[in-house]
Amino acid sequence: MSDIVRKHTLKLLEQNTRSDLRKLDEYRTITLEYGAVGGAEGSARVKIGDTDVLAGVKFEVGKPFPDTPDQGSIMVNAELRPMSSPDFEPGPPNIKAIEMARVIDRALREGGAIDFKKLCIKEGEAMWMVIVDIYPINDAGNLFDAASLAALAAIKDAKFPKMDAQNKIDYHESTNKKIEMGTMPLSCTIYNIGGKIIVDPTSQEEELCDARITVGVLENGTMSSLQKGGEYGLTIDQVNEMVDVAIKKSKDLRKVMQK
Amino acid sequence: MNKTYDKRFDGRKFDEIRPMEAKVGVVPRANGSAMFRIGGTIAIAAVYGPKELYPAFMQDPTKGILRCDYNMFAFSGAGDRVKPGGNRRSKEISMVTEKALIPMLDLSAYSGAVVDVSIELIQTDAGTRCAGITAAALALADAGIPMKDLVTAVSVGKVEDKLIVDLNYEEDSYPEGVDLPVAMATRTGEITLLQMDGRLTKEELKKLLEMAKKACADIKEVQIKALKEKYSLGGK
Repeated sequence: MSDIVRKHTLKLLEQNTRSDLRKLDEYRTITLEYGAVGGAEGSARVKIGDTDVLAGVKFEVGKPFPDTPDQGSIMVNAELRPMSSPDFEPGPPNIKAIEMARVIDRALREGGAIDFKKLCIKEGEAMWMVIVDIYPINDAGNLFDAASLAALAAIKDAKFPKMDAQNKIDYHESTNKKIEMGTMPLSCTIYNIGGKIIVDPTSQEEELCDARITVGVLENGTMSSLQKGGEYGLTIDQVNEMVDVAIKKSKDLRKVMQK
Repeated sequence: MNKTYDKRFDGRKFDEIRPMEAKVGVVPRANGSAMFRIGGTIAIAAVYGPKELYPAFMQDPTKGILRCDYNMFAFSGAGDRVKPGGNRRSKEISMVTEKALIPMLDLSAYSGAVVDVSIELIQTDAGTRCAGITAAALALADAGIPMKDLVTAVSVGKVEDKLIVDLNYEEDSYPEGVDLPVAMATRTGEITLLQMDGRLTKEELKKLLEMAKKACADIKEVQIKALKEKYSLGGK
């Protein structure tokens, strides 16, 4: 980033405003489209400003893990393809993609989004595996929140495919059965840039981030996951303040799901 | 032979293309981008560059180079999940896509540079390499890369004894069917991609190439319309 852009961005934050005139705790326009692609059993496309993320759900039948013979499972995978940003390179998922997928996975799993026992087909023999794949189409900052919202919405959108007696899936036949959801955990990420606390950064602001916390928040305000990132530390007061903002702002994200 | 293919499975005429849609500028972060949909197949292409190429020993001091990367989203197909990370098929398609586009590009002004084209299939119902090439040509035009002509691609083929245009998955996977993807610069009439698997006579090939030429001309209209939607100055 050029020095002049860096200084300008920081100066604006100092004046409690941003290059697109938003308030520090204001999200860009958020839109959500359920069933955005036809191939997946469930999908959702989320746009936060110019940031554009597509998530899809595929079902597979697998053998339950030995320690949880009566449960199904979920897998979250994110890929940051070079299409969506000049900073992404081809190749296997890098640490940024792995972190994003794992943080979203934890928020869903620990928040109790899915009752895994309901994904069991036959104890010890067969289970449903719900695989969520997340792909940014365009990265204009704050991929974390867009990806988390898209992943949750794709699961909500998903319908089980038909299965024959030999536990073989017929992907071309859909049932009307949906995944029974317990809670709706959403991730909300709060950034600290030069001592200012902001939400929903643009790519430029994201580059200047000193520290961030991604908070998984349930409907009732309970947290289901936390992940700190960034090169700098945070004081206890800062953490408390950022978590407060996350719980409050997660409602903005949640509102979009209900439409 | 048991004749069951009197009509196309989706009711189309034998030379009819599925509904199409194109849009330019769908990835704002990129220097150029485009979406192209043909039936149930949707490709998004994004162009980054020209930019300096590293490692430097890969640079060509006389011109820029083109790099294409074709990839399918894990949930893009109606069947099993596509394992992420690419495979031999996607490597080959990336390569033939490059070869399909490069003859129409003039990269002589970009010595030492690279133009990266990312092609992602977000939904698939056959004809993915062709949709990818059609989207990539649009994205390159959007990025302002000098070109002699827009490349357009379509698959033609044969099911039983019928010659058809723009195969869907059911036709593509029909036993003993023929799939013949073609990319073309319709202004000069040059063919820049030609692949085929199946059995075909010389006469059939001749007919199929004529069908592909006509289809490409129709697809090119959609490409041009998309570019005009972004770039026309006030005119309707």
